[in-house]
Amino acid sequence: MRIGDAKQSYEADEAIWTSSTQKLWLGFFLLILMVFPFAVDSYLLYLGCLVGIAVISTTGLNILTGFTGLISLGQAGFMGVGAYTVAWLSINTGLPFPITLVLAGLMAAAVGILVGLPSLRVKGLYLAIATLAASVFLHFIFAEWEPVTGGMGGLSLEPAHLFGLTFQSDFMMYFIIVPLAVLMVLAARNVFRTRIGRAFIAIRDRDISAEILGINLLRYKLMSFALSSFYAGVAGGLFAYFYRVVTPESFPLSMSIFYLAAVIVGGMGNLLGGILGAAFMTLVPEALKLLTAALTPFYPNAPVFMSPMLEIIFGGLIVGFLIFEPHGLAEIWHRIRRFFRLWPFRN
Amino acid sequence: MSILEISNLSLSFGGVKALQDVSFRVPENTITTIIGPNGAGKTSLFNCISGFYKPQQGNIRYQGQPLPGSIKPPRRAALGLARTFQNIALFRGMTVLDNIKLGAHVHMKSGLLSALAYFGPARREETAVRQEVEERIIDFLEIDHIRRQPVASLPYGLQKRVELARALAMKPQVLMLDEPVAGMNREEKEDMARFILDIREEWGITVLMVEHDMGMVMDISDHIAVLNFGQVITEGVPADVQNNPEVIKAYLGNSDIDSLRRKLNPEGEVA
Amino acid sequence: MDWLFFGEISLAGLAMGGLYALIALGFVIIYKATRVINFAIGEIMMFAAYLFLAFAGGMELSPWIALPLAVIGGSILGGVIEKTMIRPMLGESPISVVMVTIGIGSILVGLVEFIWTADPQLLPSFLPREPVFIGPLYLAPKIAYGFLIGSALLIIYLLYFRFSRGGVALRATASDQAAAYSMGINVRRVFNMAWVFGSLAASLAGVLVAATGGLSPQFGIIGLSVLVVVIVGGLDSILGALVAGVFIGWLETVAGAYLGGEYRMPATFLVLAVILVIRPYGLFGTHEIERV
Ligand SMILES: Nc1ncnc2c1ncn2[C@@H]1O[C@H](COP(=O)(O)OP(=O)(O)OP(=O)(O)O)[C@@H](O)[C@H]1O
Ligand SMILES: [Mg+2]
Repeated sequence: MRIGDAKQSYEADEAIWTSSTQKLWLGFFLLILMVFPFAVDSYLLYLGCLVGIAVISTTGLNILTGFTGLISLGQAGFMGVGAYTVAWLSINTGLPFPITLVLAGLMAAAVGILVGLPSLRVKGLYLAIATLAASVFLHFIFAEWEPVTGGMGGLSLEPAHLFGLTFQSDFMMYFIIVPLAVLMVLAARNVFRTRIGRAFIAIRDRDISAEILGINLLRYKLMSFALSSFYAGVAGGLFAYFYRVVTPESFPLSMSIFYLAAVIVGGMGNLLGGILGAAFMTLVPEALKLLTAALTPFYPNAPVFMSPMLEIIFGGLIVGFLIFEPHGLAEIWHRIRRFFRLWPFRN
Repeated sequence: MSILEISNLSLSFGGVKALQDVSFRVPENTITTIIGPNGAGKTSLFNCISGFYKPQQGNIRYQGQPLPGSIKPPRRAALGLARTFQNIALFRGMTVLDNIKLGAHVHMKSGLLSALAYFGPARREETAVRQEVEERIIDFLEIDHIRRQPVASLPYGLQKRVELARALAMKPQVLMLDEPVAGMNREEKEDMARFILDIREEWGITVLMVEHDMGMVMDISDHIAVLNFGQVITEGVPADVQNNPEVIKAYLGNSDIDSLRRKLNPEGEVA
Repeated sequence: MDWLFFGEISLAGLAMGGLYALIALGFVIIYKATRVINFAIGEIMMFAAYLFLAFAGGMELSPWIALPLAVIGGSILGGVIEKTMIRPMLGESPISVVMVTIGIGSILVGLVEFIWTADPQLLPSFLPREPVFIGPLYLAPKIAYGFLIGSALLIIYLLYFRFSRGGVALRATASDQAAAYSMGINVRRVFNMAWVFGSLAASLAGVLVAATGGLSPQFGIIGLSVLVVVIVGGLDSILGALVAGVFIGWLETVAGAYLGGEYRMPATFLVLAVILVIRPYGLFGTHEIERV
């Protein structure tokens, strides 16, 4: 392949959506997202919102863990920071949601930078433990700093509002959550078209060589922490508006592990994978609920076994994907696509 | 005029003295080669120049300015000290093109916000770097056919070439190459030698190289320094170094021809 | 300040710390040999404690038979985990391996809930009940005897790794895997043995801890305390595991008694954070050398 020398052609070659079929598919997908809330019942709408929030947070964690190679057990804590920021702001200032969400992201990013500071000296799993410590402290602060966080009882807030509109129903929330999720995934995609994304990946692949090639490790690790926790903060803020109550137990350690699992199951270091993983991991428990409900008439005991089954499936997915499909759902997706591109000629 | 001056450099790891009182100069716009047996300290010397190892003693001057330990590796890269690695250090998660573009990192400025939007400065800068990388480096090193491939899938010789490309994207003043032709076949070696000569001639870059392949070293070097057990035992033009008895001794362990024969045939069975 | 109270709390804390030291030792053995950070250690402890419950409570065996059976069960579990889920991950990134152990933890919690329900349980008591006094200080008998039994195993371990063939193989593997392999040590077997021995220590401690504090599927949280211990002590240091185990056990108990239960974790994690900043590789851990 030889590209013409004109500057335009390089610019075109650097574009994300190069072929017209790709653009067509993208348009089709966006269209589906648009009509989805009008076409489905309230339960699916609720799930759509949950998936949207999970996509944002998973994308954030993917930037940090999947692309920069820094494992974090603090994602739920950062989401909590965002959620409490939104709750506090909406109770005490009545600011409209676009502003509170941005502030939630910035607040979480600031905390993220603080938590990332040990990466100056510690690496790998030691850093993961530092993020674990951070999540313990954050939980402690959420529970004990009563004047601000409302203690164990937490905070209740009013629905999001803007220009006199209130976003009370899931239907309304969908139109905040999903466009934001699309926008934030695209923004993440953009980052990996620039030197910043390359620096992240370089740090993940070979940090020492990256440093010798001119990458300031601390700066980019902190940037990755900041970006990742910004995403978490926004996701947490949306969580606050969605449930309208925020308590310390809303963001347990198991939630951080949930997001790590979503990144792994989807495919580490792959944005599409993050989306697939977030959707999949959110929907598995729901599918199990449906299955249990269907089985209960025949096995009245079924509901008792749902929670342990969920634990087993959750752990099994993590272990299974890591051992048998380390590139996650994204890889499966690519395989399916390859198959259909060739079909029906080879099979 | 020397672009790089190493004076009295000493470095040790516990009891291992990797470098002892090493001094030598790299004249500007030359190909200067460091040779020496395994474990002589060649890579360690590169690491000191890169700022990854901190020598216990001595100093390094670059373009007339001192390079103290407070100048960290990324800063040194920005100052024009680029290198390749003995054990290929490409970023496996990236394509060839992205690996090369990464080399241009220090010369780029766009920040996080414009990156998120891929608009304005970030977009202009990325396009410009792409153009420069394509026209100056990818064409020159004849790697246009692999630019979209993930580096992990490439054969060894091509990986070395991509590493060179990445170092060139750093727009170096001094290009340090740690065993650029190790493990290559004859043809690949010749290509690489040609590239190195061109880089010196056409790009005006000073090359500092570590290499074991004596044929190539003697062919293309302007200046050679010999390191043995962490010490410089001699330096000079290829012809002088080649005939220096100290060098022969360092390489053979002993200048006695018979003992060399015995070494090559430890069982004593002469064919 | 009530010194008597402080003394008694401290004593209980130190005894608890002795058990932490034992668990941490199990953790360090696994880490030293295989470089795997085992996030499932708390769940392995829990599983063994439930086995004890099944043998002693359900099947009404004598506790003194149930205890070794439960410990053996826990060790087998460790060996099986290594063989089926850790070995396939050989050579993968540490992040992935850690996540596998997290997944294993989750599976174990699910299994336990499946078999024994999520309700909290009490273990049949099997340790002597007469109060223990050390000088003027009272120590709850369960804790005292738990400590004694735990320490006995700990000492056996230390002697074993110092002097036995298996111990030498383990240490050789820990210090240089490739060299150990070329010396004819069966490295795979050593990996497996490390998981068996590590899980054995954890299992015994699991039963002893559950005997004092009760048992539920949330029991595995204790793994977090162990994690603090090994990071503070240094992941690859046996001495570190012992010292930090005792210290963290003491600190946790004292913080809980004086400040309230909600301060236990923040207090120990504060120590962990400070250690990470001033001595990133723990009090006694070794700094890994990096090369290009
Ligand atoms: N990070 C380190 N820690 C301990 N010892 C080191 C380290 N780096 C290098 N050494 C030691 O310093 C000495 C010189 O090593 P160096 O890699 O510089 O040799 P070299 O000349 O590049 O050899 P080769 O031709 O085999 O590449 C060797 O004995 C090596 O073991
Ligand atoms: Mg070398």
